[in-house]
Amino acid sequence: MTNTTEIELNEFREDVSSWFSENKPPDPGFLLPETFMEVSTDSQFEFLRDWQRKVYEAGYLGMAWPEEYGGRGMPQVFQDIATQEMASQRLPFMPNTIGLNWAGPLILKMGREEDKQKYIKNILSAEDMWCQGFSEPEAGSDLGNSQCRAVRDGDDYVINGSKIWTSLGTYAKYMILLARTSTGGANKYAGLSYFLAPMHVEGIDPKPIQKLTGEYGFCQTYFDNARIPADCLMGSEGEGWNIAMITLTFERGATGGQAGGIASMELNINDVVELSRRAMRNGKPAIEDPHIRNQLVQLITESRGNQLMAARARIPALATDWPAAVPMSGKLRGSELKRRMCQLAVSLQGANGARFVSEKAIDGGRWQRSYFNSFSGTIGGGTSEIQHNIVGERVLGLPKS
Amino acid sequence: MFSDEQAMLLDTAAEFCRKHSSIENVRAQLDADQIDAVTWQEITELGWLGINVPEEFGGLGLGLSCVVPVAESMGRYLMGSPYSGAITAGECLATSGSREQKEEWLPKIVSGAIGSMALTETNGNWILDEIEAQAVVRTDMLELSGTKCFVTDADAANFCIVSVNVGAEARLALVKREQIPDGNLHREIVIDETRRSYQLDLDGITVPVDQLLQGSDFQAIEFASLLLLSAEITGGLVGSIHTIVEYLNTRRAFDKIIGSYQALKHPTVKILLDLEAMRSHLYHAATVLAEGKPDDAEVALRMAKAHGSAAFAFAGDRGVQFHGGFGFTYECDAQLYLRRALWCQYQFGDEAYHRHLLEPMLLDQVG
Ligand SMILES: Cc1cc2nc3c(=O)[nH]c(=O)nc-3n(C[C@H](O)[C@H](O)[C@H](O)COP(=O)(O)OP(=O)(O)OC[C@H]3O[C@@H](n4cnc5c(N)ncnc54)[C@H](O)[C@@H]3O)c2cc1C
Ligand SMILES: Cc1cc2nc3c(=O)[nH]c(=O)nc-3n(C[C@H](O)[C@H](O)[C@H](O)COP(=O)(O)OP(=O)(O)OC[C@H]3O[C@@H](n4cnc5c(N)ncnc54)[C@H](O)[C@@H]3O)c2cc1C
Repeated sequence: MTNTTEIELNEFREDVSSWFSENKPPDPGFLLPETFMEVSTDSQFEFLRDWQRKVYEAGYLGMAWPEEYGGRGMPQVFQDIATQEMASQRLPFMPNTIGLNWAGPLILKMGREEDKQKYIKNILSAEDMWCQGFSEPEAGSDLGNSQCRAVRDGDDYVINGSKIWTSLGTYAKYMILLARTSTGGANKYAGLSYFLAPMHVEGIDPKPIQKLTGEYGFCQTYFDNARIPADCLMGSEGEGWNIAMITLTFERGATGGQAGGIASMELNINDVVELSRRAMRNGKPAIEDPHIRNQLVQLITESRGNQLMAARARIPALATDWPAAVPMSGKLRGSELKRRMCQLAVSLQGANGARFVSEKAIDGGRWQRSYFNSFSGTIGGGTSEIQHNIVGERVLGLPKS
Repeated sequence: MFSDEQAMLLDTAAEFCRKHSSIENVRAQLDADQIDAVTWQEITELGWLGINVPEEFGGLGLGLSCVVPVAESMGRYLMGSPYSGAITAGECLATSGSREQKEEWLPKIVSGAIGSMALTETNGNWILDEIEAQAVVRTDMLELSGTKCFVTDADAANFCIVSVNVGAEARLALVKREQIPDGNLHREIVIDETRRSYQLDLDGITVPVDQLLQGSDFQAIEFASLLLLSAEITGGLVGSIHTIVEYLNTRRAFDKIIGSYQALKHPTVKILLDLEAMRSHLYHAATVLAEGKPDDAEVALRMAKAHGSAAFAFAGDRGVQFHGGFGFTYECDAQLYLRRALWCQYQFGDEAYHRHLLEPMLLDQVG
């Protein structure tokens, strides 16, 4: 990298930093959700949607996406800086994560020209929210077993069945939908097709489901003879499995091309260390407890290793034996680390570890809620067990389980 | 962060170690009385002994961090070599030697003289300046006493650097091979049989007082040792994963290749991710060390050694288990990695030790 670019980047970093600190939204006066998956109330939703729009209009979202569709056509590094700044200033997250980071890059990669024209800009501005209709009650890890039916009828497909755990289902205008167009075929994957489906259609009914924290944010989405235009089909019939797998590489961060922006409240090991100075165990700050100290050091070490990973993996000479190991394991490493950090944070609190979201709880019970919500990372988007299988099979070359 | 020199070295060193340290060669070395002189000669000719030696003393002056790719490759192929000891001795002379001492010894190291470090004592203490060995000054001579252990390749070494108390102060003295009577060296039985480890009795050894090193930079010795061990651990993890994966992909039980069983597959993935983290820690430590940031380097090195010690021990342990009854045999290569892992774990501090030292650095500095 030449010196001029580095100067440019530093200048840019300063600009972003001051824009964000000047335009940081005020405290809304109600508890914000932790991630895009727990948006439970209209006021939470509107607050976050407005914030995303403001960030986009300021030019700090989709910076590396093509200009003709609403991006800024800039090198990725600028977006990365802006995203880092959102995290380090602990700003609210971008609620349209599924659009920004999964559906959007997918459409840019393999959508038709008219799809790009129609969808991309409104994904960035949060005008159109997106959700994902992959999982079903009987098809989660075993996604290929999806049974939700799509039957061609003239210029429409008629959808019947249900999808479950649909995050943002009630707020979404569009869904990336995996549905079965044929029951024959060589195997269960062959009959699957992929749709960029409208949600505001008669016969589509997202019913909220309450989470273990008591929050909402996902739904069971019922389809009862819902008619969607036939040109919602992405690719051709039978290509659904393939496209779904590509979507998952975006979702898990194994492939680049996302619009950027943070998808959850920033939470890192420094927050846990900071908590350990305040939280009391048997009359002393938890940070003085030898057992806790040891655990904190272990997790700091692990976090550091994880943070260094991406930069190191970009050096080809250091990624020789299993070059896919780092990119393919990002979600597994990150989500498991977060879960264990939250677990430790709760364990710092003595008897107060047993409280939940309430005034008397330490930090209002944020840590207990974070611990529970951390399972969204270890279950959603393919469970940690499935991630182990994927890394074992595709990176190490072990036989399928 | 990572220089072209390092990248090139990694390539050359991996190829070199693959060639010179096939598993047959490793096993042949287990029973050998002597170091592999041919390989040592080639290492010398490649210039690898001078990587960290300043140019004015005949070295390449690339710094210790450029030794990492070589040590990593040796770890990868379980090579038994006096290399790490020699590099550490060079580093020790460069940081604690007087001008004359450097002029005398560093060019010799570059051209193949083997140096070895004699630091640890029978109590197994890892704190390098907490020692009992003594050196008493008698006019222009130093009279040494005490016992050192885990002195690797001491028989073949041209010199050892010994830590001794002079009065109340821990110092370093260089002892030439010819100053050590043969009867003062006893081969030790150690867990890693690729290591040729000796006990060195200092009683009766007397050396001129000018062999006392001018300085006593124990931190430099510790940093070099942690870096080299971390590199070796990283390579060891790579080798151990290959060994496990190969068996998991061939052995069958219950009509299936055993690698399909998640009880084996998932822990193997854990070992892989531990390796990836280890490489990140290692090259980060090498980088901050090269940038001359001692505080950052200390944190990075202790983190690397703590993480690596636990990770490699886990890999070695599972490697044996996953080979079933065969894993229990001497013939199975899994034991070589387990033994190597335990050696690396217990040299220069295990994970509990380093984590404990990291606590105040990571937790008690406010800001
Ligand atoms: C907060 C949250 C938000 C979500 N949002 C969405 C969304 O927006 N859209 C969407 O489509 N889906 C969403 N999901 C669904 C998610 O993708 C699934 O829950 C996940 O893929 C697991 O599927 P399942 O729930 O059916 O569990 P199951 O597949 O039934 O798994 C149950 C247990 O069995 C284990 N298991 C299953 N198969 C194997 C195997 N082969 N080897 C080893 N272990 C195995 C699993 O790891 C798990 O522990 C969300 C989930 C959560 C938790
Ligand atoms: C010290 C010692 C003494 C012994 N003495 C005797 C003796 O006197 N007489 C005798 O008959 N036998 C004896 N054995 C043999 C012993 O019973 C077998 O080694 C053991 O049953 C494992 O079989 P294996 O070696 O073929 O390993 P494998 O069956 O090949 O196993 C290899 C690895 O795969 C794992 N694995 C295999 N199948 C599965 C699965 N379905 N799910 C998950 N993991 C799986 C195993 O746990 C192991 O880690 C002895 C073994 C030892 C170590």
